Parts: sequence; C-alpha cells; structure tokens
Amino acid sequence: MNYFLTEEQQMIQDLARQIATEKIIPARAELDEKEEFPSEIMNILAQSDLFGLYIPEEYGGMGGGCFELCLATEQISRACGGVAVSYAASGLGAYPILLFGTHEQKQKYLPDIATGKKLAAFALTEANAGSDAGGTQTTAVLDGDHYILNGTKQWITNGGEAETYTVIAMTNKAKGSRGASAFIVEKGWEGFEFGKKEKKMGIRCSSTRELVFKNCRVPKENLLGKQGMGFIVAMKTLDRTRPGIGGQAVGIAQGALDEALSYSRQRVQFGKPISSFQAIQHMLADMAIQIEAARSLVYCTARYIDSGAKKISKDSAMCKTFAADMCMKVTTDAVQILGGYGYMREYPVEKMMRDAKITQIYEGTNQIQRNVIALQLIKESASKVK
Amino acid sequence: MKIIVCIKQVPATTKVKINPETNTLIRQGVESMINPYDAYAIEEGVRIRERIGGSVTALTMGPPQAQDALREAVSLGADDALLLSDRAFAGSDTWATSYTLAQGIKKIGDYDLIICGKQAIDGDTAQVGPGIAEFLDIPFVAYIRKIEDIKSDYLRVERLMDYGYEVIETGLPTLITVVKEINEPRLPSLRGKMKAKKVNIPAWDAAALDAAEDKVGLNASPTKVVKIFTPPPRGDGRMLSGSVDAIADELVQCLRSDRVV
Repeated sequence: MNYFLTEEQQMIQDLARQIATEKIIPARAELDEKEEFPSEIMNILAQSDLFGLYIPEEYGGMGGGCFELCLATEQISRACGGVAVSYAASGLGAYPILLFGTHEQKQKYLPDIATGKKLAAFALTEANAGSDAGGTQTTAVLDGDHYILNGTKQWITNGGEAETYTVIAMTNKAKGSRGASAFIVEKGWEGFEFGKKEKKMGIRCSSTRELVFKNCRVPKENLLGKQGMGFIVAMKTLDRTRPGIGGQAVGIAQGALDEALSYSRQRVQFGKPISSFQAIQHMLADMAIQIEAARSLVYCTARYIDSGAKKISKDSAMCKTFAADMCMKVTTDAVQILGGYGYMREYPVEKMMRDAKITQIYEGTNQIQRNVIALQLIKESASKVK
Repeated sequence: MKIIVCIKQVPATTKVKINPETNTLIRQGVESMINPYDAYAIEEGVRIRERIGGSVTALTMGPPQAQDALREAVSLGADDALLLSDRAFAGSDTWATSYTLAQGIKKIGDYDLIICGKQAIDGDTAQVGPGIAEFLDIPFVAYIRKIEDIKSDYLRVERLMDYGYEVIETGLPTLITVVKEINEPRLPSLRGKMKAKKVNIPAWDAAALDAAEDKVGLNASPTKVVKIFTPPPRGDGRMLSGSVDAIADELVQCLRSDRVV
C-alpha cells in the first residue's frame, strides 16, 4: 500500500527502520531478559534527530506532527515494543507542554526534549486512579509562590530515566475532576523521589516506576495552563498520543507477521514448507489484512489530527482500540504459526505477544476507549434529532 | 581545521563481474556503497570537527553516480562534497587516481588534514592514500587506530602495525589512513539526510583540475591488468582419526606424498 508519504516522512520511516534493524533487533532479546533500560539506543535515536519530530522548529524540533511520530514509533516497534514505548513516552510527557505551555515554559523545556538530551514522562495514574482519573489523590497546595506536591504516582513510563515530568495533582479536591492541575516537575527537586521499579509481563526494557512526592516544592511558574485544567491537559494530550500507541501496535504486529512469514517458508512438515498449507496461508492473509486496516486507520487519524481538527477524541480512541486489539490477535497467531518454537524465548514472537498486551491497557484501556466512542456516537445522534 | 575525506564507491556485493576486454569491474547495475574503511574516515573527520571545529569535505573520483556516495557522506555529517568526474579519468589505476585526487585537493587548497580509509574492499591495494600524499608532497601516516591529540599544527596518532602500536607525531597538513578500530560510525541523522538530499555537489572535470592529459585515466596508468581469474575453490578437507601416533604417521605420509615436505 502506498500512503503517499512526503519525501521527509519517507526519510523518517527509512531512518527509523535502519536503526530498528541495525541497532535494536540485535539487542532486544537481552534487553528484555535483563529488563535493562535501552540508554544506548535512546542516544542513537537522539543523535538521529528522531526525538524532535513533532516539536516546532522554533523549539529545536523538526516541525512535524503526530503522524511523523507515529511513523517512527511504528518502525521502532517492529523491532521492540519496549524500546518504542521508552521513545514515545517522551512525547507523551512533552505534549502537555507543547499544547498548554507558555512561550517561556516551551523555551525552557522543549529544546532538550527535542534533541533527546532529556527524556520526558507523563504522570497521571495512581494506585486508586486508573480508568477513573477522578480518584486522583496526589495534592498540590499553593504556598506563596510555590505549590507543595504530596502523593504517589504509579506505573510511570520512563520513571527515573526522564528529567522532565508532567504531573497531574489535585489543587481542589472538592471540585472533583475540575479540581486537578498539571505541573512540570524536574528530576532532582527536593521531595521528588522514585519508588520501586515494576516487573512487567512485556515491554520489559522500559522503565516503569513510582514517583513519590513528599512536600515537593514546585514553582508557581511551572503550573501548566490554568489551575483546575489538569484533566483537560491530560485528555487533550492523550487524544494526540493515542495514535502513537496505534502505531506501536501496528509495528509490533508487523514484526510478528514478518517473523511468521519467514518461518513458515522455512519450516518443513509432511515434506513441504508449512507456508504451502492453506491453514497457514489463511492465517497469514488474515494477519496482513488486519495490520493494513489498522495502519490505514492510524495514519488517517494522525493526519486528521495534524490537520488541526478539534473534535478528535472519538477518532483517536478508535484507532488506538482497533490497532491494539488487532496487535494482540496477530501476535497470538504468529506464536501459533511458529508452534512450539514460537512459545520458546529463543524466537522473538513470544516477546511480541507479551509486548502486545499492554497496548490494550495503557493510555486508557480499550474498554474506556469504547466508552468514549459510544458516548460520542450517542451525543452526535442526539444532536441530529433536535 | 579544514578536513578533506577521500571516499570510494564500491560494489555492495562480492558477486561482481569482470569485463573480459578491459579486465576492470563491471559496475553498471550493481548496488554500491561507501567503502567501509572510508566510513571510518568520514566518522573520524566529523568527530574532529565536533571537538575542535572546522569543516569536513567529502571527495571522490568517479562516474556521475558516485554522487550517491557523496550524498551519503553528507548525511553522515560531512559539510559538503565534491565529485571529480570526467570520461578521461576512466580506467585509472592507483597512480592515476592518486594524481587526480591530489589535483582536486590542490584546487580546494588550504587544507589541514586529509583522511582516507586504509584501503578499498574492491581493489584492496591501500595505495591511493599514500599516493595522494606523495603528489601533494606532505607527510602521511597509515593505519591509524587512534588520534591522541590534534591542534592547528600538530598531530599525535597511534598506528596499528603487525608487531604492535606506534605513536607518531607530525605537523599539519598531513594525510592519514584509518583502520576500523578507530571508531564506530554513526547512523545518519534526519537533518543530515535532508541536507544530503538538497546539497549541491560540484563536479570538476580534467580541465577544471588542470590535470595533465598524460597523467589521467587508463592510458596514463602504469599498472596494466593482464588477466583476472577466480582461483579454483579449495578441495574438501580430510579428517584423520585414530590414536595420536597413528594420526601423526598418516599425516607425515600424506604430506610426503603430496610433496609438501
């Protein structure tokens, strides 16, 4: 399929694929096994200018958008979903600043994120606030020209590795979801520490940690947007980054199909390569159909967002949900095609299947996405009746 | 620091064919790449520039398609690139190639350091780098594995020899050839790739170089390739088995009957 990429987009795709092939594939099994953060690969991605794809040129980026980020994430995911999320999560941490930051905030934080000198991270989830972000318990209390943060964030991607964090905390608990605010917090500030590093099923080379705030003083000028806008900051950010998860899901699935295809042509049973059996052929065909459908939806959505469209929540949720469910199915089928070998860690498809699962869970579970989609559908239908 | 890196475009495959009439490589329709040793030369040039400032110019002699190698050099960090191209250069051996590149370098002028890969993986002669230095009448140090220190008029390097390492000091301008131990070449950057796409690569012909007609191309080349052939593949090995004494006896017999000893 030709997606009519511009010359620059083609270069991004080629470059990310080259890095994936030459630097990530040889390292992925060991990174997964040792649950080791891919610092060296992050440096290569930085040196190749891939961290600034979606950041405007005036802040040191390449001036692209959501689509460019998707293209790079997809190619990196083809090799390793864990490396890809470490890369993409920096975008998740930077988008709030990009969308709601003042010129000064952008000038201070975005250039180092664009060059990859510093990683960013986004902190919303807590032990009692997952799908229900309204349950957020971390508080931020204004004290003179500082906010005092207290509480613990959980499962934060790039936790400990990132230098710049966007943190959602309650400034007015009584107001519920309208009482949350977003802050930029720097690693190393007093009262900001890291809790335990999680042991995960998949994306194991990525760092997932707790952020612990104990009377952490955050300067007033590090409030993002206005007080009380925290959840709006979070939602608008996630609307723009979900296609990136879609891209990750498409990439992981494509990597699994590539493996399944090459294996099926080599594996001989009953005197023939198993790719000559219709049972296998139909599975391969179905995998390819689903991947291409998801890719089309992800690309379309990312381009729609980059066009400046306002109402993007439903579309963004659709592309993430569809691609993630597809990814789970395709990677499971890839393991099936490789049979016993597929189940062994010696082959890469079991890791792809483990990595796939998270795409159905993070950046809003696929169930929450369906809520968003359905509510929007009902709203649209109701407004037509009037 | 003005650095010139000489690179060569070589076939990206070992399955090259030879033109039986000229005994030269058939390069048409063969995918090509930057000679791997030259990639180390580009990377080292870029690293020196990053450390102490200056510029890196990639230079090659070749047909118009050698531009691709120069563009790749720009994507890997070279500031600009220059192609020496003329039908008259065709069939040059290492002497004529060194002369032509030296003419190009003279015309660029004002250089401090010239870096070449130790040899090309197609011809494997390792002669062009030193040859250029001879034509330019400047010092050269081959097989560099490490640059210990470099200043505007001083260079201290470590070179790889069969028996160990040598530390050599020299003034500038100098030509060095590098071995693979010197660095690990980076991948291209997006900005580099975009620049490479747009960069204007001047092409200089024999007239532009003031190259003497009797010093370029096949006719000026003192080396004549009389014949090229593929050596016959080695026969199968034979494993001897049994006690150590029995194997030793049998081995001696085999060597004697094959007149090896």
